[in-house]
Formats: sequence, C-alpha cells, structure tokens
Amino acid sequence: MDLTGAAYWLPIVWAVLAAMAIFIYIVLDGFDLGLGILFLAERNKTYRNVMVQTIAPVWDGNETWMIFGGAALYGVFPNAYATILPALYLPVLIMLFALIMRGVAFEFRSRMNTEAMRDVWDIGFCGGSLVAAIMQGVILGTLVSGIAVENNAFVGGSFDWLAPFPLFCGLAVAVGYTLLGATWLVWRTESTLQDTMRRWSGLLSFAMLGMIAAVSLWTPALHVTYMQNWTDWPRILFVAPVPVAVLVLALVMVRALRGGVSRRIPFFCALGWFFLSFSGLGISIWPYIVPPGMTIWQASAPPSSQAFLLVGAAVLIPLILSYTAFAYHVFRGPVNEHSESYH
Amino acid sequence: MGALDPLFLARLQFAFTVGFHIVFPAFSIGLAAFLAVLEGLWLKTGRQVYLDLFRYWLRAFSIVFGMGVVSGLVMSYEFGTNWSQFSQKAGPILGPLLGYEVMTAFFLEAGFLGIMLFGMNKVGRKLHFFATCVVSLGTLISMSWILSSNSWMQTPQGYAIEPGTGRFIPADWWAIVFNPSFPFRLVHMALAAFLCVAFAVGGVGAWHLLRARRAGRAPTEAVKIMFSMAMWMAAIVAPLQILAGDTQGLNTLKYQPAKIAAIEGDWESQSRAPELLFGIPDMEHETTRYKVEVPLLGSLILTHSLEGKVPGLKDYPKDQRAPSPVVFFSFRIMVALGMLMAVLGVYSLWLRWRGRLCSDVLLQRFALLMAPAGFIAMLCGWVTTEVGRQPYTVYGLLRTAESASPVAAGSIASTLVVFVIVYFIVFASGISILLRGFAQEPHAGEAGPDAHAPQRAASMQAAVSGTAATGITGKES
Repeated sequence: MDLTGAAYWLPIVWAVLAAMAIFIYIVLDGFDLGLGILFLAERNKTYRNVMVQTIAPVWDGNETWMIFGGAALYGVFPNAYATILPALYLPVLIMLFALIMRGVAFEFRSRMNTEAMRDVWDIGFCGGSLVAAIMQGVILGTLVSGIAVENNAFVGGSFDWLAPFPLFCGLAVAVGYTLLGATWLVWRTESTLQDTMRRWSGLLSFAMLGMIAAVSLWTPALHVTYMQNWTDWPRILFVAPVPVAVLVLALVMVRALRGGVSRRIPFFCALGWFFLSFSGLGISIWPYIVPPGMTIWQASAPPSSQAFLLVGAAVLIPLILSYTAFAYHVFRGPVNEHSESYH
Repeated sequence: MGALDPLFLARLQFAFTVGFHIVFPAFSIGLAAFLAVLEGLWLKTGRQVYLDLFRYWLRAFSIVFGMGVVSGLVMSYEFGTNWSQFSQKAGPILGPLLGYEVMTAFFLEAGFLGIMLFGMNKVGRKLHFFATCVVSLGTLISMSWILSSNSWMQTPQGYAIEPGTGRFIPADWWAIVFNPSFPFRLVHMALAAFLCVAFAVGGVGAWHLLRARRAGRAPTEAVKIMFSMAMWMAAIVAPLQILAGDTQGLNTLKYQPAKIAAIEGDWESQSRAPELLFGIPDMEHETTRYKVEVPLLGSLILTHSLEGKVPGLKDYPKDQRAPSPVVFFSFRIMVALGMLMAVLGVYSLWLRWRGRLCSDVLLQRFALLMAPAGFIAMLCGWVTTEVGRQPYTVYGLLRTAESASPVAAGSIASTLVVFVIVYFIVFASGISILLRGFAQEPHAGEAGPDAHAPQRAASMQAAVSGTAATGITGKES
C-alpha cells in the first residue's frame, strides 16, 4: 500500500474528524438518551412533560450526528464500515430498533387519548433510550476487544459481542449517559425537579467514576499493544495527566452539586469525563480502526473519495455547528411547568 | 432460493425497510413545500385561514418527519449490515454522496425543524418563515443526493475499477453525480412526492366537504381552500408527471433495455411492437400468457415511432433477466394510478370552470378514494425500478449475489421478524394519530404541534370540562 502524501495524511485527518463527530454525537445525544433513561424514575407526569420539553426542539439534530457517523464511515473508511457492521449485526440492529422506539415515542406520547396509552409510550421512550445506550457501549466494547477479520471481511460469530468486557462497557455507557441526562436537567429545570436531578447526579457521578476506573484498568489488559500505547515514551506524557484530570473534575462536580448554585457546571464536568475517557480510548486503539488488525489506512477509501468529502466537511461542519448553536440559543433558559408552551 | 437463504432474507429485509422509509421522506418533501406556501400566503395576505391551515398540517408534519428520521437512520447502517461487500466496493463512490446528503440536507432540516415546529413565538414571523423554507429546501436537497446515488447504481459512470480489490474508484465526481439517468429520476420523484401530498391533502379536504354536506352545513373556508389547492396540484402536476415518466422511459430504454423488456413482458425483440395491457409473464417457459395487447402502441410509447425497435427478454442470457412478473404488474399499477390522477385533475378543472369545484359529490368521492394513490403509485414505481435492475446492484457491473454480508441467516431472519413487528406498531400508531388529526376540521385559531408542552394538558382539560359543562347545560335546557 502506497502510504505517501495524501494517502497517508487524509486518513489521519479523517480519523480525527470522525472521532470529533462521534464526540459531538456523545455530547448532543448522550444527554437526551440519559434523560430518557431517567424518564420512568420521575413519577410526576407534569415533570415528565417538562423533561421532554427541554429536548423537543433539538433532538432531531442530535440524532443526525448518528446518521452522519454511518455515512462518513461508509464513504471514508468503507472497509471498516463493511467489517464492523456485519460483525456487530445484532447489537447494531437492536440499537436501531431501540432508537426507533424512543424516537417515535417522543412524538406519539403526547398525542395519546388515554393515560394508559401514554404510559405505554413513556415505557417505550425509557426502554428505547436505555437499550440504545447499552448497545452503543456494547458496540464500543466489542470493537475495543477486537474483531476477527480475514481478507478485509468479518469471520467471527453472531454472538461474539456477548462477552464480559462489551457488556460491562454497555453498562458504563448507560450510566454515563444517565449522568449526562441528570446534569442536563439540573441545568435546564427548576425547583423540585432540579433538586431531584441534583441528587441523581451525585449518585451517578460516583457510579461513573467507578466505571471509568474499571474500564481504564481492564482495557490495557485486553491487548499488549494497548498497554504499550499507554506506557510508551513520549505518549505517557499525554496519558499521565488523564487520571489526575478525572479526579479534578470529580472535585469540581462535588462542589457544584453541594453548593447548589451553579446550574451548568455539573453537566460540563460530566462531559469532561466523557472527553477524557474517549481520548483515553483513542490513545489505546490508535492507529487501528478495527482492532486488532485493520489500521485507518487499510480501512480507507481512495484519496479521491476522502478529499471530495473533506472539501465539503471543511465548509459545512462549521456552518452546521453554528446553526445548531443558534437553535439551542433560541430555546435557551430554564424550563418549568409554567413555561410558554412551544407553539 | 429457499426461505432461509441469507441473500433472499437480506433482500427482503432491505426491501421492507426501504419501502417503509420512502413513504415518509416523500410525504415530508411535498408537505414541507406545501407548508412553506401556506406560511408565505399567510405573511403576504395576513389572512388567518392560511395560518390555521399551516398549523393544521404542521402537526401532521412533525409526526411524518419524526418517522422519516428514525426509519432513515436504519438505512444509513443497513448498507453495511446487509450489503457489506457492496459497501466495500461501491462505498468510495456512494459513501461520499451519502455524506454530502447528511451535511447539506439532514443537518439543515433537523437544525431548523425545532424552530419551525415550536419557534413561532420565539423568533418572529420572518425568521420563522425562513426556517420553514430552509426545512423545505433541505428535503429537496436530500432527495437530490439520494436520487443521484441511486441513479449512479442504475447508470454508473465516472469510475475506474481498482485491480485486485475490484473497488469502484471515483475518477470524475461531476460525471458520477450527474450520471445519465439522474435528472430524469429526480424530476419524476419530485413530482411523485408533490402528488403524494396533493392527493393526501385533497382526500382530507374531500372528507370534510362530504361531512359538511351530510351535516347539512356549508363547508368552512379552510376546507375549501385546502381542497382547491390540492385540485390545482392534481390538475397541473399529474399531466406533467405523465410526461416526466415518458422521458424516463426513453432514458431507461437507452441505458437499461433489459429492464424495459422485463417491464413490457416482451420476449422477442421487435419493431411495430404491441403494448400489453395485461398478461402473465412466465420466466421459465419464456413466454407471456393471457396477453391483452394493443397493436403498435408499445413501439409508439417507447420509441415515439411506429417502426421503433423494442427489446425482448430473449436478447439477454437467463441469468441477466429481471423477474418480469413483478415489474410487469408494479409498472402497470403505477401507470394506471397516474392516469386516474390526471383524469381527476382534468375533471376538477372542468368543475372549477363551471363553479362547482367544492359542491360536486362525485369529485369529492373520487378524491377521497384517491387519497393514498400517490403513495401507492410511488411505491410501485420504486419496485419497478429496483426489481427491474436485478440481478445487479451496480448495473451490469456488480451482482446482488456478490454484494451481500457474511451474516448468518438466523440473525437476518430474527431481525426481519423484529423489523416487521416494530414497523407495524410504529406505522399503525403513526397512521392512527394522523387519521385522528385529519378527522378534525381545521378551525380558527388552530394550535401547532405543541405536543410536549404542559399547557396542552391544561387546554385539554379545559376542553374536557368545557364539553362537560355544555353537556350539563344541554341537560338543563
């Protein structure tokens, strides 16, 4: 394989962009999945409406990053797309089913004639969010633990993902998203609902810290290269501050939740944890896109495909981010049961 | 092809999910444009009735759009889950097109949808109208990219094949995007989407006109305007669609003659060919039974000349023929519905001229019956074009059998069952919500899709207690 010039650099640029897109997806869709997971824990129906109202105007856009992930992988790393999806056939489809259920539950729940039918869709919303979150973790966990590939094609079994590490990652991601959801509601709501969510945030923060620690210790044990990636000089310079930063964020989080004054700090602390975990993961698997055998270069489309899409991405992604920010700006401010209804 | 053949299952699953999906984007494309027109009319004339109609249809739009998003999400991963060999080979060309679709259309729609649905009181009228137009534009851009991708698979050009891997390498993006069948398909699909919505709106309008007549009262202005707008669309777009379909037929004859042969149920290539109105194509015995034919019409339609030569299936080896029985009928259903739509449009024009547009019962019943016609015709059209290109995914170059994923039949079968169950629940709920909405007449001071707002619950309670109060007064009087 010719690895000079554009054939070398374009996959690196795209790997960074793809990682960025996934992280944006986590930032944007994580909290709305987490909010769904918390949905049934909130027994008060009026508060449930408030919860939904905080995300109603923006969730379509959040989910679009998921579609973008699929499309970009298809166009830029087709070999990875064609390997990962058959390998993770069942978890991917279960995740899609779950996302369908929660997506339509959003629209349907408020249009039901009876309380009972509304409860059914509330369960669909919560269940769909929970299953989607778990499956995203399972997919990530399976990928990190390695996929059996020969000649650019998946050769493993249908149930390879039913293993301890992927399932644990599923749990970890679900806990993390729930924390994002709780802290989002601390930011965007008021009074009793906000207090409840503050308590949830505290509890979930401890759970998430535990999960981060467990996954961090478990990952390097999976493959020798992961361990080397963490300990090799000079990478260790970048790696070493990560645990420290996680702990610093924990202190900030605890203070913000105890003080009860700051609305948005807990949410950004939770995002910070996600960012650190996510970059830690990137450091572990680099430069593989489908560990243990397929690098980003082996997975790549020809440079002409990557360059064609890159031109558009360079112009359009900043534009997309700016009008997304505008949409959030329009619907800013705390929401409560007396808020103006969205007509 | 046994029932548990993984290839057959993968095709069935893909056909089911994509067929389910396409209904919603088509609905959204037409409806978004209709909404932009309604809001524009409201801003221009200041008449409340346009705002009422806008809000009435906006409620339907939020449901339709949501169902389009979730079913479309499946599509962006299904190329990989079901067609991994295809994605690996054609991904370098089709992936970037899909990527552009997401970046130029999906984000645009989703980013402004919230403002369109819920932002009227937050951003002011002008900006709100802008958001509506942007969402409408987004649906059209999205359609263009997806039609370009699909057309490239039908009439591929601008590529090179990589030695060794067999991958399609993009050589000329302009040629890829503007491949020879793209403009024809794009126009045909855009008109189809407009017809879907025109007939859906017309059907709802007709229903309320009939109800008003039965109740012995005059129909409301909103209903009359809605019905009239739909009938204008039927009268103008349905005939245009017949012309567009004709030009696409010529294009298909040029680039995919084997597809034409399968659609026509013709076995021998001939000039002065008849057109079959009915028949049962038999792939095994290479003949079409029970033919009802019109002499010369086949050549006339397909080549615009009586002497024109029309291809026959026997021109192609058996393993390169599309299943004629499927496309023969799907095509004829589509054409028949198209003709009926045009008849309805012309009939409405005549009634309009006579000043009886909103009072003719026959037209109303006809329009009500034709409410789903646009969707059925569109689905039949897609069946024709997609089944007609078999046995290839990339026409003439990559066979469907060489496109599949190495996934166990059991996985595909079980997920197919779940798809059917989930889509049935979702589809049934969505349709019932839409129909329940359509059963209500648009009224003055119509509410928007305030679905998630607590005030809705309050207003519902008010409505309920209001009804109760009226009930009590009724008893007393």
